[in-house]
Amino acid sequence: MSILLYAESAEGKLKKVAFELASYAKKIADQTGTTVTAVTINAGDVSELAKYGVSKVLKVADDKLKSFNAKAYADTIKQAAQKEGAKIVLVASTTDSLYIAPLLAVGLEAGYASNVVALPESTSPFVVKRNAYSMKAFSFTEITSDVKLLAIAKNSFGLVENAVSLSEEAFAPSLNGADFSVKVESVEKVTGKVTIADAEVVVSGGRGLKGPENWGMIEELASVLGAATACSKPVSDLGWRPHSEHVGQTGKPVASNLYIAVGISGAIQHIAGINASKVKVVINTDPEAPFFKVADYGVVGDAFDVVPKLIEKLKAFKAQHS
Amino acid sequence: MKILVCISHVPDTTSKINFVNGDAEFDKNGVQFVINPNDEFGLTRAIWFKEKQGASVTVVNVGEADTEATIRKALAIGADEAIRVNANPTDGFFVAKQIAEVVKNGGYDLVIAGKESLDDNGGMVPGMVAALLNMNFINSCTGIEVDGNTAKATREIDGGKEILSASLPLVVAGQKGIVEEKDLRIPNMRGIMAARTKQITVVEPVGATQNTKTVKFEKPAPKSAVKLISPDNLDELVNLLHNEAKVI
Repeated sequence: MSILLYAESAEGKLKKVAFELASYAKKIADQTGTTVTAVTINAGDVSELAKYGVSKVLKVADDKLKSFNAKAYADTIKQAAQKEGAKIVLVASTTDSLYIAPLLAVGLEAGYASNVVALPESTSPFVVKRNAYSMKAFSFTEITSDVKLLAIAKNSFGLVENAVSLSEEAFAPSLNGADFSVKVESVEKVTGKVTIADAEVVVSGGRGLKGPENWGMIEELASVLGAATACSKPVSDLGWRPHSEHVGQTGKPVASNLYIAVGISGAIQHIAGINASKVKVVINTDPEAPFFKVADYGVVGDAFDVVPKLIEKLKAFKAQHS
Repeated sequence: MKILVCISHVPDTTSKINFVNGDAEFDKNGVQFVINPNDEFGLTRAIWFKEKQGASVTVVNVGEADTEATIRKALAIGADEAIRVNANPTDGFFVAKQIAEVVKNGGYDLVIAGKESLDDNGGMVPGMVAALLNMNFINSCTGIEVDGNTAKATREIDGGKEILSASLPLVVAGQKGIVEEKDLRIPNMRGIMAARTKQITVVEPVGATQNTKTVKFEKPAPKSAVKLISPDNLDELVNLLHNEAKVI
Protein backbone atom coordinates (compact mmCIF):
# COMPACT_ATOMS: atom_id res chain seq x y z
CA MET A 1 0.00 0.00 0.00
CA SER A 2 2.83 2.37 -0.82
CA ILE A 3 2.47 5.86 -2.20
CA LEU A 4 3.19 5.90 -5.91
CA LEU A 5 4.66 8.80 -7.83
CA TYR A 6 5.33 9.20 -11.52
CA ALA A 7 8.94 10.35 -11.77
CA GLU A 8 9.11 12.12 -15.10
CA SER A 9 12.29 12.02 -17.14
CA ALA A 10 13.51 13.71 -20.31
CA GLU A 11 16.11 12.07 -22.54
CA GLY A 12 16.63 9.47 -19.84
CA LYS A 13 17.39 12.00 -17.13
CA LEU A 14 15.03 12.46 -14.18
CA LYS A 15 13.45 15.91 -14.00
CA LYS A 16 13.85 18.03 -10.88
CA VAL A 17 10.09 17.82 -10.25
CA ALA A 18 10.52 14.09 -9.64
CA PHE A 19 12.59 14.84 -6.54
CA GLU A 20 10.07 17.44 -5.34
CA LEU A 21 7.32 14.82 -5.70
CA ALA A 22 9.46 12.30 -3.82
CA SER A 23 10.02 14.78 -0.98
CA TYR A 24 6.27 15.35 -0.77
CA ALA A 25 5.47 11.65 -0.93
CA LYS A 26 8.02 10.75 1.73
CA LYS A 27 6.44 13.17 4.21
CA ILE A 28 3.03 11.54 3.79
CA ALA A 29 4.54 8.07 3.83
CA ASP A 30 6.19 8.76 7.18
CA GLN A 31 2.93 10.17 8.58
CA THR A 32 0.91 7.16 7.47
CA GLY A 33 3.48 4.43 8.13
CA THR A 34 4.12 3.40 4.54
CA THR A 35 6.78 3.68 1.84
CA VAL A 36 7.30 5.53 -1.44
CA THR A 37 7.49 3.84 -4.83
CA ALA A 38 8.29 5.65 -8.05
CA VAL A 39 7.50 4.56 -11.58
CA THR A 40 9.78 5.76 -14.37
CA ILE A 41 9.48 5.38 -18.12
CA ASN A 42 12.66 4.96 -20.16
CA ALA A 43 14.76 6.65 -17.48
CA GLY A 44 18.46 5.90 -17.12
CA ASP A 45 20.01 6.36 -13.69
CA VAL A 46 17.23 6.58 -11.09
CA SER A 47 19.37 6.11 -7.97
CA GLU A 48 19.10 9.77 -6.93
CA LEU A 49 15.44 9.16 -5.99
CA ALA A 50 16.72 7.29 -2.90
CA LYS A 51 18.13 10.55 -1.56
CA TYR A 52 14.58 11.88 -1.28
CA GLY A 53 12.98 8.87 0.37
CA VAL A 54 11.98 6.63 -2.52
CA SER A 55 12.60 3.01 -1.53
CA LYS A 56 11.43 1.29 -4.72
CA VAL A 57 11.48 2.17 -8.39
CA LEU A 58 9.43 0.35 -10.99
CA LYS A 59 11.51 0.93 -14.11
CA VAL A 60 9.69 0.67 -17.39
CA ALA A 61 11.88 0.30 -20.45
CA ASP A 62 9.86 0.11 -23.63
CA ASP A 63 10.66 1.32 -27.13
CA LYS A 64 6.96 1.83 -27.86
CA LEU A 65 6.98 4.47 -25.10
CA LYS A 66 9.95 6.37 -26.51
CA SER A 67 7.63 9.12 -27.77
CA PHE A 68 5.31 10.59 -25.19
CA ASN A 69 1.80 9.19 -25.45
CA ALA A 70 -0.67 10.22 -22.77
CA LYS A 71 -2.95 7.22 -22.97
CA ALA A 72 -0.12 4.67 -22.98
CA TYR A 73 1.69 6.47 -20.16
CA ALA A 74 -1.53 6.74 -18.13
CA ASP A 75 -2.17 3.04 -18.62
CA THR A 76 1.40 2.25 -17.54
CA ILE A 77 1.17 4.34 -14.37
CA LYS A 78 -2.28 2.89 -13.62
CA GLN A 79 -0.88 -0.63 -13.79
CA ALA A 80 2.03 0.33 -11.56
CA ALA A 81 -0.39 1.85 -9.03
CA GLN A 82 -2.56 -1.25 -9.05
CA LYS A 83 0.47 -3.50 -8.66
CA GLU A 84 1.51 -1.53 -5.58
CA GLY A 85 -2.03 -1.25 -4.23
CA ALA A 86 -1.30 2.48 -4.00
CA LYS A 87 -4.03 4.59 -2.44
CA ILE A 88 -2.25 7.87 -3.07
CA VAL A 89 -0.77 8.60 -6.50
CA LEU A 90 1.23 11.73 -7.24
CA VAL A 91 2.12 13.49 -10.47
CA ALA A 92 3.87 16.80 -11.11
CA SER A 93 2.25 19.77 -12.84
CA THR A 94 4.26 19.44 -16.02
CA THR A 95 2.66 19.62 -19.46
CA ASP A 96 2.86 15.87 -20.00
CA SER A 97 1.80 14.85 -16.48
CA LEU A 98 -1.23 17.15 -16.57
CA TYR A 99 -2.20 15.51 -19.88
CA ILE A 100 -1.89 12.07 -18.27
CA ALA A 101 -3.66 12.91 -14.99
CA PRO A 102 -7.36 13.00 -16.03
CA LEU A 103 -6.94 9.74 -17.96
CA LEU A 104 -5.19 8.18 -14.99
CA ALA A 105 -7.91 9.42 -12.62
CA VAL A 106 -10.65 7.71 -14.62
CA GLY A 107 -8.57 4.56 -15.04
CA LEU A 108 -8.00 4.31 -11.29
CA GLU A 109 -11.52 5.59 -10.37
CA ALA A 110 -9.57 8.10 -8.29
CA GLY A 111 -10.76 11.48 -7.10
CA TYR A 112 -8.30 14.00 -8.57
CA ALA A 113 -7.09 17.29 -7.10
CA SER A 114 -4.80 19.45 -9.22
CA ASN A 115 -2.68 22.49 -8.26
CA VAL A 116 -2.08 21.08 -4.78
CA VAL A 117 0.14 23.47 -2.85
CA ALA A 118 0.77 21.79 0.48
CA LEU A 119 0.86 18.50 2.32
CA PRO A 120 -2.64 17.16 3.11
CA GLU A 121 -4.43 19.10 5.86
CA SER A 122 -5.61 15.73 7.12
CA THR A 123 -5.55 12.18 5.81
CA SER A 124 -8.83 11.05 7.30
CA PRO A 125 -10.83 12.77 5.87
CA PHE A 126 -8.30 13.35 3.10
CA VAL A 127 -8.20 17.08 2.50
CA VAL A 128 -5.73 19.03 0.37
CA LYS A 129 -5.18 22.73 -0.16
CA ARG A 130 -5.09 23.79 -3.79
CA ASN A 131 -4.91 26.96 -5.85
CA ALA A 132 -8.22 28.16 -7.31
CA TYR A 133 -9.76 31.24 -8.91
CA SER A 134 -6.64 31.78 -10.98
CA MET A 135 -4.49 31.99 -7.84
CA LYS A 136 -6.77 34.48 -6.09
CA ALA A 137 -7.90 31.91 -3.54
CA PHE A 138 -7.20 28.51 -2.06
CA SER A 139 -9.74 25.73 -2.04
CA PHE A 140 -9.68 22.95 0.51
CA THR A 141 -10.77 19.85 -1.33
CA GLU A 142 -11.73 16.56 0.25
CA ILE A 143 -11.13 13.47 -1.85
CA THR A 144 -13.63 10.82 -0.90
CA SER A 145 -12.68 7.97 -3.22
CA ASP A 146 -10.54 5.04 -2.11
CA VAL A 147 -7.68 5.97 -4.44
CA LYS A 148 -6.56 9.59 -4.58
CA LEU A 149 -4.66 11.34 -7.35
CA LEU A 150 -2.83 14.60 -6.72
CA ALA A 151 -1.03 16.90 -9.13
CA ILE A 152 1.39 18.95 -7.05
CA ALA A 153 1.64 22.61 -8.11
CA LYS A 154 4.92 23.78 -9.57
CA ASN A 155 7.44 25.12 -7.12
CA SER A 156 5.13 24.63 -4.15
CA PHE A 157 7.07 22.02 -2.25
CA GLY A 158 10.83 22.06 -1.94
CA LEU A 159 13.39 19.29 -1.95
CA VAL A 160 13.70 17.48 1.37
CA GLU A 161 16.50 14.96 1.72
CA ASN A 162 15.65 11.76 3.50
CA ALA A 163 17.94 9.02 2.25
CA VAL A 164 16.75 5.41 2.24
CA SER A 165 17.98 2.30 0.49
CA LEU A 166 16.50 1.74 -2.94
CA SER A 167 15.47 -1.37 -4.82
CA GLU A 168 14.95 -1.15 -8.57
CA GLU A 169 12.60 -3.50 -10.33
CA ALA A 170 11.94 -3.87 -14.05
CA PHE A 171 8.25 -3.35 -14.77
CA ALA A 172 6.57 -4.27 -18.02
CA PRO A 173 3.02 -2.94 -18.35
CA SER A 174 0.69 -4.74 -20.68
CA LEU A 175 -0.15 -2.29 -23.45
CA ASN A 176 -2.12 -2.76 -26.65
CA GLY A 177 -2.67 -0.99 -29.95
CA ALA A 178 -5.59 1.03 -28.60
CA ASP A 179 -3.19 2.76 -26.20
CA PHE A 180 -1.39 4.24 -29.19
CA SER A 181 -4.33 5.49 -31.25
CA VAL A 182 -3.09 9.10 -31.08
CA LYS A 183 0.06 9.31 -33.20
CA VAL A 184 2.89 11.83 -33.11
CA GLU A 185 3.52 13.07 -36.64
CA SER A 186 6.27 15.57 -35.81
CA VAL A 187 7.85 17.48 -32.96
CA GLU A 188 9.30 20.98 -33.17
CA LYS A 189 11.36 21.97 -30.17
CA VAL A 190 13.80 24.74 -29.50
CA THR A 191 16.80 23.08 -27.91
CA GLY A 192 19.50 24.63 -25.80
CA LYS A 193 17.23 27.31 -24.39
CA VAL A 194 15.69 26.95 -20.96
CA THR A 195 11.91 26.81 -21.25
CA ILE A 196 9.54 29.01 -19.30
CA ALA A 197 8.13 25.87 -17.68
CA ASP A 198 11.51 24.72 -16.37
CA ALA A 199 13.21 28.06 -15.72
CA GLU A 200 14.08 29.13 -12.21
CA VAL A 201 14.27 32.73 -13.41
CA VAL A 202 12.07 34.38 -16.04
CA VAL A 203 12.76 37.82 -17.53
CA SER A 204 9.71 39.33 -19.15
CA GLY A 205 9.20 42.41 -21.29
CA GLY A 206 6.13 44.52 -21.99
CA ARG A 207 4.98 47.39 -24.13
CA GLY A 208 7.13 49.77 -22.14
CA LEU A 209 10.06 48.56 -24.22
CA LYS A 210 8.54 50.41 -27.19
CA GLY A 211 9.52 47.94 -29.91
CA PRO A 212 10.99 44.53 -30.76
CA GLU A 213 14.31 46.15 -31.66
CA ASN A 214 14.83 46.91 -27.98
CA TRP A 215 14.72 43.34 -26.80
CA GLY A 216 18.48 42.87 -26.86
CA MET A 217 18.84 43.98 -23.26
CA ILE A 218 16.04 41.64 -22.13
CA GLU A 219 17.82 38.75 -23.78
CA GLU A 220 21.12 39.83 -22.26
CA LEU A 221 19.61 40.12 -18.78
CA ALA A 222 18.10 36.66 -19.23
CA SER A 223 21.41 35.30 -20.41
CA VAL A 224 23.31 36.61 -17.36
CA LEU A 225 20.72 34.97 -15.09
CA GLY A 226 20.36 31.75 -17.09
CA ALA A 227 16.73 32.73 -17.44
CA ALA A 228 13.96 32.12 -19.93
CA THR A 229 12.56 35.14 -21.77
CA ALA A 230 8.85 35.93 -21.74
CA CYS A 231 6.51 38.74 -22.70
CA SER A 232 3.12 40.26 -21.99
CA LYS A 233 0.05 39.64 -24.16
CA PRO A 234 0.13 42.98 -26.05
CA VAL A 235 3.74 42.31 -27.03
CA SER A 236 2.79 38.87 -28.33
CA ASP A 237 -0.30 40.21 -30.14
CA LEU A 238 1.81 42.94 -31.79
CA GLY A 239 4.14 40.25 -33.05
CA TRP A 240 7.17 41.74 -31.30
CA ARG A 241 7.91 38.38 -29.70
CA PRO A 242 6.80 34.82 -30.53
CA HIS A 243 3.46 33.62 -29.11
CA SER A 244 5.36 30.96 -27.17
CA GLU A 245 6.75 33.72 -24.92
CA HIS A 246 3.33 35.06 -23.92
CA VAL A 247 2.81 34.50 -20.20
CA GLY A 248 -0.43 35.31 -18.47
CA GLN A 249 -3.93 33.98 -18.05
CA THR A 250 -4.33 32.87 -21.67
CA GLY A 251 -0.59 32.36 -22.17
CA LYS A 252 1.83 30.18 -20.26
CA PRO A 253 1.73 30.06 -16.49
CA VAL A 254 4.92 31.06 -14.65
CA ALA A 255 5.92 29.40 -11.39
CA SER A 256 9.60 30.24 -11.31
CA ASN A 257 11.60 31.34 -8.29
CA LEU A 258 12.18 34.82 -9.72
CA TYR A 259 10.11 36.83 -12.23
CA ILE A 260 11.49 40.12 -13.50
CA ALA A 261 8.94 42.27 -15.34
CA VAL A 262 10.32 45.11 -17.43
CA GLY A 263 7.95 47.71 -18.85
CA ILE A 264 4.83 45.71 -17.96
CA SER A 265 2.07 47.63 -16.20
CA GLY A 266 0.48 44.59 -14.58
CA ALA A 267 -2.97 43.89 -16.03
CA ILE A 268 -5.01 41.48 -13.90
CA GLN A 269 -4.82 38.77 -16.55
CA HIS A 270 -1.04 39.01 -16.67
CA ILE A 271 -0.68 38.86 -12.89
CA ALA A 272 -3.04 35.88 -12.72
CA GLY A 273 -0.70 33.95 -14.99
CA ILE A 274 2.56 34.78 -13.22
CA ASN A 275 1.30 34.83 -9.65
CA ALA A 276 2.80 31.48 -8.77
CA SER A 277 6.31 32.88 -9.16
CA LYS A 278 7.95 33.20 -5.77
CA VAL A 279 9.68 36.57 -6.03
CA LYS A 280 8.57 39.34 -8.38
CA VAL A 281 10.71 42.28 -9.41
CA VAL A 282 9.01 45.09 -11.33
CA ILE A 283 10.87 47.73 -13.34
CA ASN A 284 8.58 50.47 -14.66
CA THR A 285 8.68 54.25 -15.20
CA ASP A 286 5.18 54.65 -13.78
CA PRO A 287 5.06 54.56 -9.98
CA GLU A 288 1.28 54.01 -10.25
CA ALA A 289 1.68 50.86 -12.34
CA PRO A 290 -0.62 48.23 -10.77
CA PHE A 291 2.18 45.67 -10.93
CA PHE A 292 3.97 47.38 -8.01
CA LYS A 293 1.07 46.31 -5.78
CA VAL A 294 1.99 42.66 -6.15
CA ALA A 295 5.74 43.03 -6.52
CA ASP A 296 8.26 42.09 -3.87
CA TYR A 297 10.90 44.51 -5.16
CA GLY A 298 10.44 47.42 -7.52
CA VAL A 299 12.48 49.98 -9.36
CA VAL A 300 10.71 53.08 -10.59
CA GLY A 301 12.77 54.18 -13.53
CA ASP A 302 13.37 54.05 -17.24
CA ALA A 303 14.02 50.47 -18.37
CA PHE A 304 16.58 51.71 -20.88
CA ASP A 305 18.56 53.13 -17.96
CA VAL A 306 17.86 50.53 -15.30
CA VAL A 307 18.24 47.29 -17.24
CA PRO A 308 21.73 47.91 -18.68
CA LYS A 309 22.89 49.00 -15.21
CA LEU A 310 21.33 45.91 -13.65
CA ILE A 311 23.06 43.71 -16.22
CA GLU A 312 26.45 45.17 -15.25
CA LYS A 313 25.75 44.72 -11.54
CA LEU A 314 24.66 41.11 -12.10
CA LYS A 315 27.70 40.33 -14.24
CA ALA A 316 29.93 41.61 -11.43
CA PHE A 317 27.93 39.61 -8.90
CA LYS A 318 28.18 36.41 -10.96
CA ALA A 319 31.93 36.93 -11.42
CA GLN A 320 32.34 37.21 -7.66
CA HIS A 321 30.21 34.19 -6.88
CA SER A 322 31.25 31.65 -9.47
CA MET B 1 -19.28 16.65 -38.75
CA LYS B 2 -21.18 17.04 -35.47
CA ILE B 3 -19.28 19.24 -33.02
CA LEU B 4 -20.00 19.64 -29.32
CA VAL B 5 -18.43 22.65 -27.62
CA CYS B 6 -18.31 22.53 -23.82
CA ILE B 7 -18.57 25.89 -22.15
CA SER B 8 -18.15 26.93 -18.53
CA HIS B 9 -19.90 29.89 -16.92
CA VAL B 10 -17.16 31.62 -14.89
CA PRO B 11 -16.62 34.93 -13.09
CA ASP B 12 -14.96 37.58 -15.24
CA THR B 13 -11.22 37.86 -14.56
CA THR B 14 -11.48 41.28 -12.98
CA SER B 15 -14.07 40.09 -10.43
CA LYS B 16 -13.51 40.50 -6.74
CA ILE B 17 -13.27 37.03 -5.26
CA ASN B 18 -15.15 36.60 -1.98
CA PHE B 19 -16.76 33.69 -0.19
CA VAL B 20 -19.93 33.26 1.82
CA ASN B 21 -21.73 30.60 3.83
CA GLY B 22 -18.81 29.96 6.11
CA ASP B 23 -16.42 30.37 3.17
CA ALA B 24 -17.91 27.30 1.52
CA GLU B 25 -19.34 29.09 -1.51
CA PHE B 26 -18.28 31.72 -4.00
CA ASP B 27 -20.08 35.05 -3.52
CA LYS B 28 -21.88 35.68 -6.82
CA ASN B 29 -23.22 39.06 -5.73
CA GLY B 30 -22.34 41.78 -8.19
CA VAL B 31 -20.12 39.45 -10.20
CA GLN B 32 -20.16 39.52 -13.99
CA PHE B 33 -20.11 36.02 -15.50
CA VAL B 34 -18.64 35.16 -18.89
CA ILE B 35 -17.80 32.20 -21.12
CA ASN B 36 -14.53 30.72 -19.85
CA PRO B 37 -11.77 32.25 -22.03
CA ASN B 38 -10.22 28.91 -23.03
CA ASP B 39 -13.68 27.74 -24.18
CA GLU B 40 -14.19 30.84 -26.33
CA PHE B 41 -11.21 29.97 -28.49
CA GLY B 42 -12.62 26.49 -29.10
CA LEU B 43 -16.08 27.88 -29.85
CA THR B 44 -14.67 30.19 -32.53
CA ARG B 45 -12.82 27.26 -34.11
CA ALA B 46 -16.05 25.25 -34.14
CA ILE B 47 -17.81 28.12 -35.94
CA TRP B 48 -14.99 28.06 -38.50
CA PHE B 49 -15.68 24.35 -39.11
CA LYS B 50 -19.38 25.19 -39.47
CA GLU B 51 -18.70 27.88 -42.06
CA LYS B 52 -15.97 26.10 -44.00
CA GLN B 53 -16.94 22.45 -43.66
CA GLY B 54 -20.66 22.52 -42.96
CA ALA B 55 -20.31 21.16 -39.44
CA SER B 56 -23.12 21.50 -36.92
CA VAL B 57 -22.24 23.10 -33.60
CA THR B 58 -23.96 22.35 -30.30
CA VAL B 59 -22.83 23.90 -27.04
CA VAL B 60 -23.24 22.18 -23.71
CA ASN B 61 -23.01 23.68 -20.25
CA VAL B 62 -23.43 22.00 -16.88
CA GLY B 63 -25.09 24.62 -14.73
CA GLU B 64 -28.24 25.91 -13.13
CA ALA B 65 -30.68 28.40 -14.62
CA ASP B 66 -28.33 31.33 -13.97
CA THR B 67 -26.01 30.19 -16.78
CA GLU B 68 -28.55 30.85 -19.52
CA ALA B 69 -27.23 34.29 -20.41
CA THR B 70 -23.79 32.80 -20.99
CA ILE B 71 -25.29 30.03 -23.12
CA ARG B 72 -27.20 32.61 -25.20
CA LYS B 73 -23.93 34.40 -25.82
CA ALA B 74 -22.45 31.22 -27.28
CA LEU B 75 -25.53 30.90 -29.49
CA ALA B 76 -25.12 34.52 -30.54
CA ILE B 77 -21.52 33.78 -31.50
CA GLY B 78 -22.85 31.16 -33.90
CA ALA B 79 -23.61 27.83 -32.25
CA ASP B 80 -26.75 26.16 -33.68
CA GLU B 81 -28.28 24.93 -30.46
CA ALA B 82 -27.47 24.36 -26.83
CA ILE B 83 -27.94 21.81 -24.10
CA ARG B 84 -27.89 22.72 -20.43
CA VAL B 85 -27.49 19.89 -17.95
CA ASN B 86 -29.43 21.19 -15.01
CA ALA B 87 -26.96 20.69 -12.19
CA ASN B 88 -24.46 22.56 -10.06
CA PRO B 89 -21.00 21.80 -11.51
CA THR B 90 -19.64 20.72 -8.17
CA ASP B 91 -16.74 18.53 -9.18
CA GLY B 92 -14.72 17.82 -12.31
CA PHE B 93 -15.58 14.14 -12.50
CA PHE B 94 -19.30 14.86 -12.05
CA VAL B 95 -19.21 17.42 -14.88
CA ALA B 96 -17.28 15.00 -17.11
CA LYS B 97 -19.91 12.30 -16.47
CA GLN B 98 -22.69 14.67 -17.54
CA ILE B 99 -20.89 15.72 -20.69
CA ALA B 100 -20.01 12.11 -21.52
CA GLU B 101 -23.71 11.28 -21.38
CA VAL B 102 -24.51 14.15 -23.75
CA VAL B 103 -21.75 13.02 -26.14
CA LYS B 104 -23.03 9.45 -26.09
CA ASN B 105 -26.62 10.48 -26.77
CA GLY B 106 -25.69 12.93 -29.52
CA GLY B 107 -23.09 10.91 -31.40
CA TYR B 108 -20.67 13.82 -31.76
CA ASP B 109 -17.53 13.47 -33.88
CA LEU B 110 -15.55 16.24 -32.27
CA VAL B 111 -15.77 17.54 -28.71
CA ILE B 112 -13.96 20.80 -27.99
CA ALA B 113 -13.59 21.88 -24.36
CA GLY B 114 -11.39 24.51 -22.77
CA LYS B 115 -8.22 23.15 -21.21
CA GLU B 116 -8.85 24.76 -17.84
CA SER B 117 -11.49 26.99 -16.31
CA LEU B 118 -10.66 30.28 -14.58
CA ASP B 119 -12.51 29.45 -11.44
CA ASP B 120 -11.80 25.86 -10.58
CA ASN B 121 -8.50 25.53 -12.50
CA GLY B 122 -9.09 21.76 -12.44
CA GLY B 123 -7.93 21.08 -15.99
CA MET B 124 -9.57 17.68 -15.88
CA VAL B 125 -12.96 17.67 -17.59
CA PRO B 126 -11.87 17.19 -21.24
CA GLY B 127 -9.52 14.30 -20.46
CA MET B 128 -12.05 12.63 -18.19
CA VAL B 129 -14.78 12.87 -20.85
CA ALA B 130 -12.44 11.18 -23.33
CA ALA B 131 -11.42 8.46 -20.87
CA LEU B 132 -15.03 7.74 -19.87
CA LEU B 133 -15.97 7.21 -23.53
CA ASN B 134 -12.69 5.65 -24.61
CA MET B 135 -12.27 8.43 -27.18
CA ASN B 136 -9.00 9.86 -28.48
CA PHE B 137 -7.87 12.91 -26.52
CA ILE B 138 -5.50 15.77 -27.24
CA ASN B 139 -4.65 18.27 -24.50
CA SER B 140 -3.20 21.81 -24.78
CA CYS B 141 -4.53 22.01 -28.32
CA THR B 142 -3.39 25.08 -30.23
CA GLY B 143 -4.60 24.07 -33.66
CA ILE B 144 -6.91 21.53 -35.27
CA GLU B 145 -7.73 20.49 -38.82
CA VAL B 146 -10.18 17.78 -39.82
CA ASP B 147 -10.19 15.92 -43.11
CA GLY B 148 -12.85 13.24 -43.36
CA ASN B 149 -12.40 10.98 -40.41
CA THR B 150 -8.90 12.12 -39.46
CA ALA B 151 -7.87 15.06 -37.36
CA LYS B 152 -4.47 16.71 -37.21
CA ALA B 153 -3.94 18.69 -34.04
CA THR B 154 -1.13 20.79 -32.64
CA ARG B 155 -0.26 20.31 -29.00
CA GLU B 156 1.76 22.91 -27.13
CA ILE B 157 4.74 21.37 -25.32
CA ASP B 158 7.56 22.94 -23.33
CA GLY B 159 9.76 24.80 -25.77
CA GLY B 160 7.75 23.92 -28.85
CA LYS B 161 4.91 21.95 -30.31
CA GLU B 162 3.87 18.51 -31.49
CA ILE B 163 1.69 17.65 -34.45
CA LEU B 164 -0.55 14.72 -33.60
CA SER B 165 -2.99 12.76 -35.70
CA ALA B 166 -6.01 10.86 -34.47
CA SER B 167 -9.19 9.49 -35.94
CA LEU B 168 -12.60 10.81 -34.97
CA PRO B 169 -14.36 10.74 -32.60
CA LEU B 170 -11.98 13.01 -30.75
CA VAL B 171 -11.92 15.22 -27.66
CA VAL B 172 -9.60 18.21 -27.65
CA ALA B 173 -8.81 20.57 -24.79
CA GLY B 174 -8.34 23.93 -26.46
CA GLN B 175 -6.59 27.12 -25.44
CA LYS B 176 -5.41 30.34 -27.06
CA GLY B 177 -3.85 29.39 -30.36
CA ILE B 178 -6.59 27.05 -31.50
CA VAL B 179 -7.62 30.32 -33.05
CA GLU B 180 -5.71 33.60 -32.80
CA GLU B 181 -6.92 36.22 -30.35
CA LYS B 182 -7.68 38.59 -33.20
CA ASP B 183 -9.98 36.00 -34.83
CA LEU B 184 -12.16 35.46 -31.77
CA ARG B 185 -15.82 35.77 -32.70
CA ILE B 186 -17.91 38.23 -30.79
CA PRO B 187 -21.68 38.35 -30.98
CA ASN B 188 -22.99 40.87 -33.51
CA MET B 189 -26.54 42.26 -33.69
CA ARG B 190 -27.66 39.59 -36.15
CA GLY B 191 -26.20 36.85 -33.97
CA ILE B 192 -27.88 38.18 -30.85
CA MET B 193 -31.25 38.35 -32.63
CA ALA B 194 -30.88 34.84 -34.03
CA ALA B 195 -29.84 33.49 -30.63
CA ARG B 196 -33.22 34.46 -29.18
CA THR B 197 -34.97 31.72 -31.13
CA LYS B 198 -32.29 29.05 -30.95
CA GLN B 199 -33.07 26.03 -28.83
CA ILE B 200 -31.62 25.50 -25.34
CA THR B 201 -32.63 22.01 -24.28
CA VAL B 202 -32.53 21.46 -20.55
CA VAL B 203 -31.77 17.91 -19.44
CA GLU B 204 -31.59 16.45 -15.97
CA PRO B 205 -28.20 15.11 -14.78
CA VAL B 206 -27.44 11.42 -14.67
CA GLY B 207 -26.40 9.89 -11.41
CA ALA B 208 -22.67 10.11 -10.88
CA THR B 209 -20.34 9.65 -7.96
CA GLN B 210 -18.86 12.84 -6.73
CA ASN B 211 -15.40 11.87 -5.58
CA THR B 212 -14.11 15.26 -4.50
CA LYS B 213 -15.82 17.93 -2.45
CA THR B 214 -14.83 21.51 -1.72
CA VAL B 215 -14.85 21.89 2.03
CA LYS B 216 -14.06 25.59 2.10
CA PHE B 217 -12.21 28.40 0.44
CA GLU B 218 -9.64 30.77 1.81
CA LYS B 219 -8.23 34.02 0.54
CA PRO B 220 -4.45 34.38 0.53
CA ALA B 221 -2.82 36.52 3.23
CA PRO B 222 -2.50 40.16 2.14
CA LYS B 223 0.80 40.92 0.54
CA SER B 224 3.32 43.16 2.23
CA ALA B 225 4.24 46.34 0.40
CA VAL B 226 6.82 46.36 -2.36
CA LYS B 227 10.39 47.26 -1.45
CA LEU B 228 11.37 50.06 -3.78
CA ILE B 229 14.97 50.43 -4.82
CA SER B 230 16.42 53.51 -6.47
CA PRO B 231 17.81 53.11 -10.01
CA ASP B 232 21.03 54.55 -8.60
CA ASN B 233 21.28 51.83 -6.02
CA LEU B 234 20.94 48.60 -7.98
CA ASP B 235 23.68 47.02 -5.87
CA GLU B 236 21.03 46.91 -3.18
CA LEU B 237 18.61 45.04 -5.47
CA VAL B 238 21.25 42.44 -6.29
CA ASN B 239 22.03 42.16 -2.60
CA LEU B 240 18.37 41.69 -1.64
CA LEU B 241 17.79 39.12 -4.36
CA HIS B 242 20.82 37.16 -3.19
CA ASN B 243 20.72 37.50 0.59
CA GLU B 244 17.09 38.18 1.40
CA ALA B 245 15.05 36.52 -1.33
CA LYS B 246 17.76 33.98 -2.07
CA VAL B 247 16.76 33.65 -5.70
CA ILE B 248 20.13 34.40 -7.28
